[in-house]
Amino acid sequence: MADLSINFAGIRAPNPFWLASAPPTNSGAQIHRAFEHGWGGAVWKTIGAPVLNISNRYGGLSIAGQRLLAINNVELISDRPLDVNLREIAEVKRMWPDRAVIVSAMVDADPQAWKDIVAMIEDTGADGIELNYGCPQGMSERGMGAAVGQVPEMCQLNTHWVTSITRLPVIVKLTPNITHIVDPAHAALAGGANALSLINTINSVMKIDLDTLRITPNIGGRGTHGGYAGPAVKPIALNMLAELMSDAQVRASGVPISGMGGIVTWRDAAEFLLLGATSLQVCTAAMHYGYRIVEDMIDGLSNWMDEKGFATIYDVAGKALPQTSTFGELDLAYQAVARIDPDKCINCNLCYVACNDTAHQCIDLVAGDGVRVEPGYDIRANGKHVADTRPQPVVRESDCVGCALCANVCPVDGCIEMVSVPSGRESITWDQLTAQRPEIATSWDAMMAYRKEVGIDIH
Amino acid sequence: MPDVTAPPLDANAFAETYTPLSAHEATVEANRCLYCFDAPCLQACPTHIDIPTFIRKIGTGNLRGSARTILEANFLGGTCARVCPVQELCEGACVLNSEEKPIAIGRLQRYAVDHVQERGVQLFQPGPATGHRVAVVGSGPAGLSAAAELAKLGHAVTLLEKRELGGGLSTYGIIVLREPVEVSLREVEAVRALGVDVQTDRDLRTRADLDALLAEHDAVFLAVGLGAVPAMGMPGEEQVVDGLQFIEDSKVNPQALHVGQRVAVIGAGNTAIDAATIARRHGADVTMVYRRTESEMTAYRHEYEFALHEGIAYQFLTQPVRVVTEGKQVTGLECVKMILGTPDASGRPSPRPLPGSEFVIPCDQVIKAIGQEKPALAVELGLSLDKGYIAVNDAMQTSAPRVYAGGDCVRARGTASTVMAVQDGKYAAAAIHQHLSASKEAAHG
Repeated sequence: MADLSINFAGIRAPNPFWLASAPPTNSGAQIHRAFEHGWGGAVWKTIGAPVLNISNRYGGLSIAGQRLLAINNVELISDRPLDVNLREIAEVKRMWPDRAVIVSAMVDADPQAWKDIVAMIEDTGADGIELNYGCPQGMSERGMGAAVGQVPEMCQLNTHWVTSITRLPVIVKLTPNITHIVDPAHAALAGGANALSLINTINSVMKIDLDTLRITPNIGGRGTHGGYAGPAVKPIALNMLAELMSDAQVRASGVPISGMGGIVTWRDAAEFLLLGATSLQVCTAAMHYGYRIVEDMIDGLSNWMDEKGFATIYDVAGKALPQTSTFGELDLAYQAVARIDPDKCINCNLCYVACNDTAHQCIDLVAGDGVRVEPGYDIRANGKHVADTRPQPVVRESDCVGCALCANVCPVDGCIEMVSVPSGRESITWDQLTAQRPEIATSWDAMMAYRKEVGIDIH
Repeated sequence: MPDVTAPPLDANAFAETYTPLSAHEATVEANRCLYCFDAPCLQACPTHIDIPTFIRKIGTGNLRGSARTILEANFLGGTCARVCPVQELCEGACVLNSEEKPIAIGRLQRYAVDHVQERGVQLFQPGPATGHRVAVVGSGPAGLSAAAELAKLGHAVTLLEKRELGGGLSTYGIIVLREPVEVSLREVEAVRALGVDVQTDRDLRTRADLDALLAEHDAVFLAVGLGAVPAMGMPGEEQVVDGLQFIEDSKVNPQALHVGQRVAVIGAGNTAIDAATIARRHGADVTMVYRRTESEMTAYRHEYEFALHEGIAYQFLTQPVRVVTEGKQVTGLECVKMILGTPDASGRPSPRPLPGSEFVIPCDQVIKAIGQEKPALAVELGLSLDKGYIAVNDAMQTSAPRVYAGGDCVRARGTASTVMAVQDGKYAAAAIHQHLSASKEAAHG
């Protein structure tokens, strides 16, 4: 049985699944219930300056009948009085000594304001502080949240104000609403951050109601941008995590990273771990299904780790990182081609139309007698038996560029495989090639000469 | 035995078997569709409805567009959504059959078509007037289809229907569990909305009637269907109820419908099952009597299974020979057991009686549904025949100039079905249009 416990910058938890600072962590009663369901920790919904929330706050993304593939919110930080939150934090920590209780905070960019709130957080007995430099709406207009996170100097200064006065581990939560995620990360490290977490929500307008023509959520006839989160943002979060974990300075610092952004199942969790996160935060999935989802997260992750022979979270952490690379480091001689398994093919012919219309026209429709045919049918023919005489899609491997579009559109698992084939060329990367022959990067004639030389024919 | 009509089993006994899909069900099901390229369902449909496109439109919430996609290819999309043997056609060809369940194409089609028809949305306009006049005889699926297509092309169409209500087989011959009367009447109204002059209680009986029509019209399309259930020639047959009449009464005259307590239904086709279902839903004990076996019966497999599920009993290898009566009251059906021999002309093993095996099935009502008589009108009109049906070429032309025919009355080959009748109507309309356009050009030329 795998050991899921973590020690994250000194914050201990029985498993890596923490509820992110958000509506699911709004009160002591909620977190108490969440811990009963097994969550390893919780980052208390951000406390700080007085706010007034508005109605309504959430927009949902549905695709093809599947609800809440993402949610966006125009919710602010906790609207409960500071003293109430602080008292409940202390109560929860007292009742659950083995769980991680981290307090998210956000105050004016002023050293005294930070000093005041840090002292109050320390008094609760909480295990750590997370600096919310991410809120993209409502607070940023007041000079907090993303307004700090988007300016590295502010990020460093505010972090320093906190780390210089507290004994608690300080996690800096980064905003994705920035061009280079490593810039604020470096700033946070320079400010003394003990850990990083990402991603906060992404600026978004979720949708326009086609009946009312209004922006959703409709707030008294007006709409505003909100913070985008949920399953749909996972690839963005994974990329930013990979960027951080691939950065020499971040790695050298040794600070752990708490990953979040679209974690719904243990499978998502495992992906974040494989890219180097060592604690995981969850919000939208809990908002969609309730706290109970953590049971399968723990159980599924544990079973997968057992099957893979991983004893601890730290055995998993970062296992996929060595593969992260830049385009310039990829092997230009690598060649894959699509291969369709005729026994698995159900003849939907989506690969054919995708390749023919939008890729490289290298899939043919082949009739039972082996003759290539055009799409179409005899209008006098009908009945279910027409399915038996459907032409089969077949890849012309000599023309296949290995783009993998067909494999992505194929609805049958394992029907179209991208198979590695010898290209007959020496391995070389773009960086190596252009170092040897810089003219290839600037002259089409040189490029064409090189292709001819090594036998690359682009039809 | 007392003459009683058993009450329905419950208030929902005669509601449509399949409930309408909810918006969420339709969306989820539509999104399950892979949107195959050059899809086999489209090919399998005799009217070649662009099924992936109409389903995609349901998925995007474009129900009006979805219905148009369906009805452009098949004006009777609402009826076909209910009565088509989808297992044998579109759903049978769905690529998901090999993996999981096929897409519920029929139910999705019904969802889209009902959406516009229940709201009275008219999706089509009559074409610019061509000055040509076409008469269509019979307002069943073939007639309605042809009339709609011709009207869309701008021809002035007169649609003659011998009965009180339009819709033909859809109105009178499909049990309400499969298609309520209002669905087929909506389709008659949709044709009327295209400017078609629908005249009910108008019969065509003689060659003179046809000549009169030809004098006033540029072309005539005969969509007259088939006749009554043929006679079996057994004693007591005058007490036997015609299965088609039985179904008709259950739809348009339910108050007058007489249902026995123990009913024997002769035949094993889809109509026989329909008649048996109605009797069963009225609370009767029903036995179907068929002279061959389960493997030879003409009903679709799913219909047979439906009947078994309904609690309808089967007596295979059983040939009725006499209706047993006391006065005018039926008390039983005398039958003889059969054995199967060598294949006959139909390719099926020929049944022959087992001597001395006579027995009586006790019952108080006998219904026969052993097929329909070939169109007697064909002979009366002096048209060439093909195995007793009206003979037509690929353009649905009969042996008489300017006279076309389609639907069950020409079904010498293949299976009689609503969707084939609809397609015949389309073929005939296209052929008539081509002929009239050519003659116009010649006149101008």
